[in-house]
Amino acid sequence: MTDAAGLYRTVRLIRRFEERAIELVKDGTIVGGIHPYLGQEAIAAGTCGALRPGDVITSTHRGHGHVLAKGADPARMLAELAGRATGLNGGRGGSMHAADFSLGILGANAIVGAAVPIATGAAWAARRAGKDLVAVTYFGDGAVSQGVVLETMNLASLWKVPVVLVCENNGFATTTRVADAVAGSITGRAEAFGIPASTVDGSDPEAVLGAAREAVDRARSGGGPSFIECVAYRFDAHHTWEHSARPRYRTDDEVAVGMRRDPVALQGSRIPAADRERIDAEIEALLDEAVRFAVDSPLPDPAGALDHLYADGLRARAGVS
Amino acid sequence: MPILSYLKALNRALSTEMEADPSVVVFGEDVGVAVSNVTTGLLKKFGPERVVDMPISEQAFTSFATGAAMAGQRPVIEFQIPALLFLAFEQIVNQAHKFSLMTGGQVNVPVTYLLPSSGSRGGWAGQHSDHPYSLFAHVGVKTVVPATPADAYGLLLTAIRDDDPVIVFAPAGAIGVRDNVDFAALAPVPLGVGRIHRPGDDVTVVAVGHLVHDALAVAEELEGTVSVEVFDPRTLHPFDWNGLAESLERTGRLVVVDDSNRSCGIGGEILATAAEQLRLVAPPKRITRPDGAVLPFARELDLALQPTRAQIRTAIEQVAKTSYSTQTEE
Repeated sequence: MTDAAGLYRTVRLIRRFEERAIELVKDGTIVGGIHPYLGQEAIAAGTCGALRPGDVITSTHRGHGHVLAKGADPARMLAELAGRATGLNGGRGGSMHAADFSLGILGANAIVGAAVPIATGAAWAARRAGKDLVAVTYFGDGAVSQGVVLETMNLASLWKVPVVLVCENNGFATTTRVADAVAGSITGRAEAFGIPASTVDGSDPEAVLGAAREAVDRARSGGGPSFIECVAYRFDAHHTWEHSARPRYRTDDEVAVGMRRDPVALQGSRIPAADRERIDAEIEALLDEAVRFAVDSPLPDPAGALDHLYADGLRARAGVS
Repeated sequence: MPILSYLKALNRALSTEMEADPSVVVFGEDVGVAVSNVTTGLLKKFGPERVVDMPISEQAFTSFATGAAMAGQRPVIEFQIPALLFLAFEQIVNQAHKFSLMTGGQVNVPVTYLLPSSGSRGGWAGQHSDHPYSLFAHVGVKTVVPATPADAYGLLLTAIRDDDPVIVFAPAGAIGVRDNVDFAALAPVPLGVGRIHRPGDDVTVVAVGHLVHDALAVAEELEGTVSVEVFDPRTLHPFDWNGLAESLERTGRLVVVDDSNRSCGIGGEILATAAEQLRLVAPPKRITRPDGAVLPFARELDLALQPTRAQIRTAIEQVAKTSYSTQTEE
């Protein structure tokens, strides 16, 4: 799925999935809101396009795109967002923790930068077990000054761990601009640890795919980690609470300019209109079915609220005696 | 019988399990040369791929272990200093511990966190003298505090084999203990099963970790006056509530000795559970560090904030003498 049409299909799927999910937030089907991935679709599509099925990823609070691009079932993903028993995590994780370990999706993560060492440890362990898998770990520009991310770059470089560090620079850490939060440069951090780093247009699926292939090949062939800064623009809110709270940290004009860098429109322009229309129709049908599946799925049984807390089924004491 | 030291017991458990299971790896700072004496000989025996010296990056290597565990390894992390747990609290509590539930049981995280020399070592001052086992029991991480060499061996073995994160606190006050042990009888000790070190009829003393030895010494002193049962929970989460209930069925009187700060320490939980659900014929007492204690440097000040044998003795004597009915009469 890494030809022009395949990439288009992925970015379009993520775009429409997010738009449908926002509708479900508005109508109350999804509680707690989401962190929309709109505008960053090329990053997930391009990087996952460079991976094999056995490779693994870790994701972020803004993780729907990564999870979908790695192959998760949109219906079970949407069911997870809606807190249904049929969701990827049985309704135990929600938007910020969606995972499908059978597909190498080691979970989205709600703490900024926290998954970077997890992906790195998983890649180290897999190599130790003789597997030639590669891990991709996603994090935002807001994570580049988290100590644990910097510590992990040191470990990854020191031991040539097959991990690709993908920084999604969408311009904002919640509401704080990169220029107000990052001293030095983003790629300079990786370079300081001896990790090859590059900056690509994170709005262009093919540019991301090219950079990701190079990094993944390096990792798989024993060359160690790489760092890719993907520069994109976050079209929508940090989180859907902004739709009602409306914090003022960027102007409508700025957003309008940012949204001209549209990965879906760009990739769509690279394929024939007829193909585009066919793919669009397929995706609408897929998502219609996904929404139906999510909404019609049963809610989890409250009696099982602490299920899976322990691997051995240990039952914690109840909160009343 | 031959003598086994507590430290050697930890070392032996690690070595045994590394031999038995190639997925067991040890991560930590200075584990190669074994500065804490827990990993002595392991590097030579198992090589640097399995005894991995880490840069001073506790947060990274703690979650690195989580990732490695997800990918099939069974890491044991040694933290030289208990306060390093505050640095890695996010990685243990918010990441490793939560993955099983958050993923709907898709993944387990079998990591063991080993704290050789938790609590005061005497003269190590404010940032090296904490004993934060209650924090981990509170958040639900399986929490183990062995008091004896045989239990240190058996509980560490079980911790490593457990499919969840388990934290093992080896109290500095117990690490020097040496016991006559039948090596052939050394065996895994299940989590959540307490141990009665000394049976008694009048007062149950629940003692945690090294304080078991203090409780036993006081029980000995009081022999002939008060018959003291010394109950060592061994695991704080899960806690052996049934074992404690059986003991209190016999004695009905309870003293808890706990090297935690007072508020929200495990001692408070034991008293609360006893008050709510177990048989008590007299008001229970607990001996702990003070509320919010920070251990000062000077030896006299350090010791002034830790439970003492004199306090244990006084508490036992008071609890043995009183009962709810006599209190009412007063």
